[in-house]
Amino acid sequence: MAERNGAACPKCGGVNPPGADFCYLCREPFGTQPGAGALVGPSPPPSEALPRLRPVPMLLFTEAARHNVRMSFLLFALLFVVFFLLGTAIGGAYGDVGAGLGLSFVLYAILGATAYFSGSSIVLSIHGAQEAGEEAHRQLRNVVEEMAIAAGVPPPKVYVIPTEGLNAFAAGRRPEEASVAVTAGLLDRLSREELQGVIAHELAHIKSRDTLYNVCAAVLVGAVALLSDLFLRGTIWGRRGRSPGGRGGRGGNAALFVLALLLAVLAPLAARILQMSISRQREYHADAAAAGFTRNPLGLASALEKIAAGGPHVPGENRGTQHLFIVNPLRAFGPDASSLMSTHPPTEARIQRLRAMGGFAAGA
Amino acid sequence: MAYIPLILAAVIVAWFVAAYNKLVRFRNQIKNAWHQIDVQLKRRYDLIPNLVEVVKDYMSYEQETLTRVIEARGAALTAKGPAAQAKAESVLTETLKSLFAVVENYPELKANRNVASLQEELTGTENKISFARQFYNDSVMTYNNAIQSIPTNFIASFFNFGQEAYFETEPESRAVPKADLR
Repeated sequence: MAERNGAACPKCGGVNPPGADFCYLCREPFGTQPGAGALVGPSPPPSEALPRLRPVPMLLFTEAARHNVRMSFLLFALLFVVFFLLGTAIGGAYGDVGAGLGLSFVLYAILGATAYFSGSSIVLSIHGAQEAGEEAHRQLRNVVEEMAIAAGVPPPKVYVIPTEGLNAFAAGRRPEEASVAVTAGLLDRLSREELQGVIAHELAHIKSRDTLYNVCAAVLVGAVALLSDLFLRGTIWGRRGRSPGGRGGRGGNAALFVLALLLAVLAPLAARILQMSISRQREYHADAAAAGFTRNPLGLASALEKIAAGGPHVPGENRGTQHLFIVNPLRAFGPDASSLMSTHPPTEARIQRLRAMGGFAAGA
Repeated sequence: MAYIPLILAAVIVAWFVAAYNKLVRFRNQIKNAWHQIDVQLKRRYDLIPNLVEVVKDYMSYEQETLTRVIEARGAALTAKGPAAQAKAESVLTETLKSLFAVVENYPELKANRNVASLQEELTGTENKISFARQFYNDSVMTYNNAIQSIPTNFIASFFNFGQEAYFETEPESRAVPKADLR
């Protein structure tokens, strides 16, 4: 079948993709003329005029998306193990392994299901995000649609956080049901080009399914923190109520109690380090992808500068959700932000990388 | 041991199916991207009469600018051939720009919500057109890369997956800046 080479328009000779109903260039409908949809021989050589900034290869996104799905599974598995250990240890410390295990599994199931099925709506409502109106936020909606076209994903739902703070985040398990939220302050202060950069960055997170992983990470950290919190408080309050009076001590094993204490203190820390280290890589990737979508890395660079220069805090920004934002809302933006516990690379470094890309584009 | 060839065959078949499906997915994406360009172009043609309708009462002294926009739209709609089409599209973009420049001189027009939102709509549509073209070309590149590289090229040639053409604009329209209608 030679049709793969695309149909030449019988009228103007323009080459159309196979399956076109009419000529894109002269709007001549195919099928009305003899010889319509006639086929040209070899396709023209690939364009020399491709944008100078390299597009982000789509396969990279597929890879990244698969990686994120795998990692999310892994996180849930890890979470299961952590709950198993904590449940056993805490149960053992109180002398009832079964109850400890049961309680931790119920918690695990509830948290996991909540995170998976309503993670993004929870995150949106924590930050007070409201759906962007058709009229009131026409520009924002247009920019989101533009960037969705550039990224080749369905346009996500658009939310505005009514605050003067400067930030943005994306949420959603899959690109088909994703959402993007930006603060009202961001809309006020950023130019259209800068806004494009920010939205492109968020769409890159959605396309590579970082958002799925991010929600899972938020749950892991939150759940481990919750469980160990429960235990630590329990050790303080529980002594009076739980000590069986007759035996003069806890019913449980002292060694297990120490182990549980250790786990309860260390597990949240370990979970947090995991959350941080993985999400920094993603920021660089999303920045690069955003530059590929907009072909304009300088837009995002100057947006990052404005965001880093600061503004009041976004309500609801907290340790659990800090890694979701385009720029970490809780940190000072100095070189010290590059520590082990940071969710984002230092904004300075990100801006520098983007400017370097812009230099290439301008110089070529 | 007798199962080893069977397992090997199964793996090869599975890879084959996956690679074939990938090529089909890429090809459909190209078609979809092409369609997207067209949707946005139509949208722009549809928006222009609305804009002209809204501003014409205010701009009695600027009939010429309005006429030029309407003519440019007509020319873009009826342009014959790729070169003429590209040229007509860029003329249309230029006339729209000059119309918006004129709007700047009319405070009551600038304050008009309808004008502001139509202006934003046109800017957005203009951008969507160029991003849709960009995505089309990106998709073509991904697809062409796939059908030319080992090992998918074997499947591509076996099932007649051919190269797709890039969308190219004429040199003069390349110089047109991305809608600067703010």
